[in-house]
This record gives sequence, C-alpha cells and structure tokens, in this order.
Amino acid sequence: MTDLATYNFAYLDEQTKRMIRRAILKAIAIPGYQVPFASREMPMPYGWGTGGVQVTASIIGPEDVLKVIDQGADDTTNAVSIRAFFQKVANVAVTTHTKDATIIQTRHRIPEQKLAEGQILVYQVPIPEPLRFLEPRETETRKMHALEEYGLMHVKLYEDIAHNGRISKTYAYPVKVAGRYVMDPSPTPKFDNPKMHLSEALQLFGAGREKRIYAVPPYTEVVSLDFEDYPFEIQKFEQPCALCGAEGVYLDEVVLDDKGGRMFVCSDTDHCEERREHGHAGAMLAPSKEAAE
Amino acid sequence: MTDTPLLKVSGVSKFYGSRIGCKGVSFDLWPGEVLAIVGESGSGKTTLLNCLSTRLIPTTGSVEYRMRDGNFRDLYHMGEAERRFLMRTDWGFVHQNPVDGLRMTVSAGANVGERLMAIGDRHYGKIRETASDWLARVEISTDRIDDQPRAFSGGMRQRLQIARNLVTHPRLVFMDEPTGGLDVSVQARLLDLVRGLVNDLGLSAIVVTHDLAVARLLSHRMMVMKDGHVIEHGLTDRVLDDPREPYTQLLVSSILQV
Amino acid sequence: MATPLVVSEVFKSFTMHLRDGIKLPVVNDVSFSVASGECVVLGGPSGIGKSSILKMLYGNYAVDSGQILVDHKDRLIDIARADPRTVLDVRRHTMGYVSQFLRTVPRVAAVDVVAEPLVARGVEATEARKKAAELLAKLNLPQELWSLPPATFSGGEQQRVNIARGFITSHRILLLDEPTASLDAVNRQVVVEMIAGKKREGVALLGIFHDEEVREAVADRILDVTQFSPRKAVAA
Repeated sequence: MTDLATYNFAYLDEQTKRMIRRAILKAIAIPGYQVPFASREMPMPYGWGTGGVQVTASIIGPEDVLKVIDQGADDTTNAVSIRAFFQKVANVAVTTHTKDATIIQTRHRIPEQKLAEGQILVYQVPIPEPLRFLEPRETETRKMHALEEYGLMHVKLYEDIAHNGRISKTYAYPVKVAGRYVMDPSPTPKFDNPKMHLSEALQLFGAGREKRIYAVPPYTEVVSLDFEDYPFEIQKFEQPCALCGAEGVYLDEVVLDDKGGRMFVCSDTDHCEERREHGHAGAMLAPSKEAAE
Repeated sequence: MTDTPLLKVSGVSKFYGSRIGCKGVSFDLWPGEVLAIVGESGSGKTTLLNCLSTRLIPTTGSVEYRMRDGNFRDLYHMGEAERRFLMRTDWGFVHQNPVDGLRMTVSAGANVGERLMAIGDRHYGKIRETASDWLARVEISTDRIDDQPRAFSGGMRQRLQIARNLVTHPRLVFMDEPTGGLDVSVQARLLDLVRGLVNDLGLSAIVVTHDLAVARLLSHRMMVMKDGHVIEHGLTDRVLDDPREPYTQLLVSSILQV
Repeated sequence: MATPLVVSEVFKSFTMHLRDGIKLPVVNDVSFSVASGECVVLGGPSGIGKSSILKMLYGNYAVDSGQILVDHKDRLIDIARADPRTVLDVRRHTMGYVSQFLRTVPRVAAVDVVAEPLVARGVEATEARKKAAELLAKLNLPQELWSLPPATFSGGEQQRVNIARGFITSHRILLLDEPTASLDAVNRQVVVEMIAGKKREGVALLGIFHDEEVREAVADRILDVTQFSPRKAVAA
C-alpha cells in the first residue's frame, strides 16, 4: 500500500484521465473516427501497449475486474506485466476468465467467449490509420476520412486478388464502422472481425505512440471490406484444437520438435482451459488422459 | 452545335504578391472543344491551368462549370467534397510527369480501376474487365495488367495515366504538357492516341503546351500567353498560319516546321 | 439562284513584326460572289494572292477589313468576324476545302481519312466508310491502299485521298486549291467530272487550277485576281 501513495490511482493524474475520457466520449460519439489525444509517457516502451494502458487507466475503477491478454494468452510477458502494473497502481482485482472481467485489455485478439453488455474491450493499437501504407501524408488521409474517399482501400484489396487470387490480408483487416468511417481493427486476425459486428460490449482502441483513440460503441455495425465477387471470409482450420478439441476457434501453430512435429492449439488460453476443465479433450491430451486412468 | 458552354471563365487573375501569375483571362469552352494554351516557361500557362482545374484558387475571377444535371456551378464556391468528387469523375488531369498522376507501386489494373472503386464499384471481375479494356484502348498489352508502372517506359506510363483518367468517362480533361518528357517518336504515337480518344469520346480538353505541333494536332482553338496575359486567341490554324502578334510570330518562326 | 458566298471589300496584309514591322499588302478591295451551281476559278500569275483569298474564306487567314458572308444554316455568317467555334461549324457543315497537300494523320487508314468529315457530321461509320470506298474507287486508288495510312503514298495518291475527303460531304460551298496538280490525265478527267457533278447538285465552287485544260473544262467564270493586287494599284 505504501507504493500506492506514490502514484495517483491507476498511475495517471486525474487531469490526464479527464482529457482521455473526453477523447473516449468523442470517439464513442463518432464511431470509427480517430480522436487525437495528448498521449503521455508511460513507464513502458512504445509498442508495449501504452495506448491501451492509458485508456484502461482512465476508465478503470476500484470495483473493476481486469483481464489482460496478449495474442489470446493471459500468461505471456506483455499480458503478465500489464496485469501486474494495474494490480500495483490501482490495486484492482484481476482474472483470466473472460466472463468474469469488466475490462479486458487485449493485444491482437478478441476472446472466443461472446462478450456481454457492460464489458469493455480495450485494444492496443500500433498504427491506427488504415490508409497509412497507401497514403503516407497525414493531411491527406484526414481529408480522405473527412470526405469519405475510401476508393484506395479497395485498391489494396484489388491488388491482393490480382496477385494472389484472393484477398490475402489475414490480420488488421479494414472494416467500415456504422456505415461511415473505415477503421483499422488493430492487428487482430480477420477471424475476429465478425465478433466486432453488433458486439454487446464497448470496444475502445488506444494508440499511444500515434496519439489516437477510437471506439466502436455496443451494437454498432462493423463490416469487413470486400468485393461482391470476392466476399470477406474468415480463416478455417482443418483440425480442432489439439488440447481441448474445440472447433471454430482461432488456433496457434506450435512447433514441437525439429523433425516437423507440430500441433494446433487454441490461441485463447482461458477458453481452452475452461473447456478442458469441462472434460473436453483434444488429440494430444486424450491418450495421456486414458493412460492416467 | 450545342448552345451552352461547358466552362465559363471570367476575369481569372492570380497574383503571387505583386508578381503576376496570370491576369484577366476570360473565355468559354464548349463541349467537344480542345483548347491549347501555349507560351514559354513562366508565361503563366500552368498557373492558369491550375486555377481552371481548382488546384489553385485565383486571386480574382470566377469559373463556372456546367454539371451533368445541366446547372452551372461556380467552382470556387463549391465545397471541397463536391469539388474532389467532380475531379475524379467528370474531370481528368493528365500531368506532364506520369509519376505525379499514377500510383507507382500498385498494378496498372488497379491504377485504372481506382476511380471506379472510388465511386463505389465493388465487383472485382467487372473492374478488372473495364481496366483491361482501357489498357487495350491506350495500346498497353493486357498481359501487363498486373505489372506496376515502375516497370513501364515513359510512353506507356503516360498512356496509363490517360486511361486512368478516362475510365469514368469525364467530360473535361486538363493536360499539362502531356508529351513533355517523351522521345519524339513516342510523342507522335501518344498525340495520335489522344487525338483519337478526344474525337471518339467527344471530350472537351484544355491542353497546356509549349510545343506548337502539339497544339496544331490536338486543338481547335488556341490562346497564346506571355507574361501572364493572353496576347492572342483564335482558331488554331489561323493563329499558326497567320499569327498577328509580334510574340506569336516569334514563336511560330522559332519552330522548324509545324 | 442562291448565292451562298459573298466577298465584299476585303483587304489583307501581313505585318512582319520580326522585320521591323514592315507591312506586306496581299490583296486590296476584294469583292465577288459565287452562286450555287457555279464554278468560279481564280486567275492570274502565281504570287498574286489566289491562295491567300481561299485561306481567308476558309478562316485560315485573318482579314484586315471587309466581309466574307457565308449562308450557313439559313444564317449569314461573316467569316471575317466569326468566333472560332462558328468558323469550325461552318467548315463542318457548309464550306469544304480541298488543299494541294494532304495533312497526313499517322496511323489512320486512307478510307477513314476520307470518311472522317462525314462521321464528324454524324453519319454512321460503316455508311461513311462505304461512301469513302466508292469515291476512292472512282478516283482509281488501288484497293489494297485503302486500309493503309496515306503517309507513305505517292503525291498523286495522297492527292486523290485528299480530293475524296473534300468531295465526300455535301457542303454547299467547296474551295479547291489546285486539286489536280499532281494527277495524271485519266484522274484529272475524273475530277473534272466530279466537279461537274457538284455543280449539278448546286454546290458553289471556287478554285485555283493551273492546268489550262481543267480550267477550261470546269470554269463558268474566271476571276482575275490581278485586279485586287496592291501592286497594280501602285503601278496605276
């Protein structure tokens, strides 16, 4: 508790939080629009989620329950250290269970468990501008958003099809929010795009280095860009999770040895553990389980 | 012979401080008409072109354009959104250097298709088919459709830029020294092509050039500019065959053969 | 009889600004008219201003003063003062011009060069091409040349393409600048017959013909341009 006295609750000072909350409110009012904000220096390097951390710090209260994931996992360095950070500076309860959390800060995934009303998903965003790699001038991209000139976005998708025979973009797949702004959903796999559509949870996006906040309010239309004859499709996996046997979830490939051995497991560790607790078992677990019995 | 001009230019002047860019330019441009603006570097022809195409806002004067609905609109009092929409649908702008008018790192097909996608075309197959038609029309082999213009010669790039501009069937095309950086033989081919397209599509065009041969081949009418002023204006063959002003006579006599 | 072309008190000079502004008078006080179905031939030695008169009528040269009145779509147009757009419309619909030389357009086939004025007037392309082919056949241009661009043709062949192009439309006024200059006897005769045909159709023709035989055959009247020459005025 002595540590806490050194910092204001949740690290940021109240003025900063108010500034960020104003940006968040504006972002919610204009779904998909990137609101500039005075991003602060955080006690971690850029690229470690400074944007997401500032958003979380501004909305978190003592009663909140926080979950932090990095590529779906609760136990990787980035997730562990951010979770520890908020335990230390806000003394809030933390969890790994999606359904128990009120705030979920994420890097590059949306949990498999459907989010519910009242939950807030905070994304860490490296580059918020979906047009950035097509048009390097910030003045010009702002104008393009303002005038809804999004032809260039489809130029990118056209190029994909022309060169690969299909839209090969698999992550940070651009979406149109509430029929108006084109938005970068952060580097989540496109597998997660449909989860954003009409989500019951509030989705907030923070980009610390780029000093932008944007949002998708609950029950908002989020449509992935595509062509009529090349409709948007999500990734499909040939086999179920090797540990919990789940199908229709996003899987990570894990290399087992140097002889080409590999397995595919749930990227969402909480989802996987919960399934196993309920007795589901995948190909890799089943034999050992039998052996144990 | 329609009785309404497409563009009505009156008293357009652009000053850079006390320096004159162009001064007191007025004329009407009619549908299907090609106007050449000639003069040497610094004569104000490019300033005028930029003012007419709203890339530059003049100090005084107005330019009215007849929209597709038949109503005239003052270009300088239009909202930016509407002006930009006009520029990528009903207008074309062919830059002297194709690099300024093309996306060098996306394929030829996407360069041509961009305007279509910008106005809401969402069928890949149809966009590609249209792009490939246009490549053929500008004499670029359709098997180059997936190549980037970086791999194209200067003449091909310029032809690609033209296709990219014409794909939405604009009614007015601005061209700034369209044959500027090209070899003579390549120039001839490009001029032929432009001439044919302008005739076939009934385009109106305003072409800035210092090359009187270009003006002769492409335009119906020409304006000669010097020090920001239009000093002679008339039927292209009249101005070239019977130049009246000292400066025009100098220009005409300075070329080997038109 | 209708008189679609009236030239009245036209003066023309060139001011050579690059040579200290010296003024070269070309013709003075040119007045004449051409009636429908009539072929008027401009006569006089070379350099007297015959071609200049044709070029002024066609709007190719500006005039210092005077009027050039053309009956265009039931309106009288003064070519000397008309704006470029009107002059172009007169050229498209009322007044044709066959020059001595073909201004070749690279890469366009001879038959299309000939058909172009018709297409410009709104005639359907295949129809125009058919008529072009008839004219080229009449002028004995070998059929294998029709689909080639005329740039590489001989002088006589180019001239025949040029004549066909000038005669294909039904312009009410036709200006002819030495159309038979490089033709052989057979084709000269074809052109003479074509001119006679135009006269029967009621076209007003004004031409320059150096070939005496052709001139005799087509001229209703010879207009001596010497009378308009400023040099004559000086001599007198």
